[in-house]
Amino acid sequence: MNDVLTGVLIGLALLACVVVVMLLVRDRTAGDRTFVLLGVVEAAVLVQLVYGIVALVGTERDVPGVLFVSYLVGNAFALPIGAFWSLAERSRSGTGVLLVASFTVIALQARLGAIWGGSA
Amino acid sequence: MADTAYTTTALSSGPGRILVFVYGLFAVAATGRSAVQLGTEADRAPVAYSLSLFAAVVYLVATTCLLLGGRRAWRVAVASVSIELVGVLVTGVLTYVDTSLFPDKTVWSHFGQGYGFLPLVLPFLGLAWLRRTRPRGPDREPVAGPAGT
Repeated sequence: MNDVLTGVLIGLALLACVVVVMLLVRDRTAGDRTFVLLGVVEAAVLVQLVYGIVALVGTERDVPGVLFVSYLVGNAFALPIGAFWSLAERSRSGTGVLLVASFTVIALQARLGAIWGGSA
Repeated sequence: MADTAYTTTALSSGPGRILVFVYGLFAVAATGRSAVQLGTEADRAPVAYSLSLFAAVVYLVATTCLLLGGRRAWRVAVASVSIELVGVLVTGVLTYVDTSLFPDKTVWSHFGQGYGFLPLVLPFLGLAWLRRTRPRGPDREPVAGPAGT
């Protein structure tokens, strides 16, 4: 897998987490700018999805393909579902959902790395 | 206490909204995990993989009930979250005591260590939330104690 891509993804998702935590502290709901940031994170996740599948097809190593792709795809759903679930209730808890969703993207990077490295 | 902020039909509002999302995540994670495990190497660790499937069902039921809301869903949610608590505690102990039973990991192995111990914390949060959203007021079957209205 591409370490640079993973690094950028984690960085962006961390930034999203910080932004959402600030919203939570100040008891504000997420506005357009937050959702644009989350959109950028999601774009990076989608890039990783495509890159990961291409890398999987190209690799000589024995990576559990089904597991790997299911994590890539699952990761792509975390933020959109979180965003919709959050928008359905514009409250502090709704904003909290965005934090969980953003953190999920980071947590799944560790799993993806482990599966790619063959230690799943 | 006339706490009417959260009614039983809104198990998924307020803090419950975060809870539903996390339960949903675990439902997906556990289902995916057991599907892959049982689909590819079911013979390797039948106990662990059956348990993965069981955990998946428990999370799915809890998520569904929280989403549905209402009295019956509340009751089923209490039951499933209680089973979840027992499951994670028993599995957690067993994975330390008798490692041969679990050649491969499950969601509940080592008290959910692989998932940041969230599987251990989650049932407590779930039960706390269900306690707060306990159905009150008039019903076909009267509830003991003050109705709070």
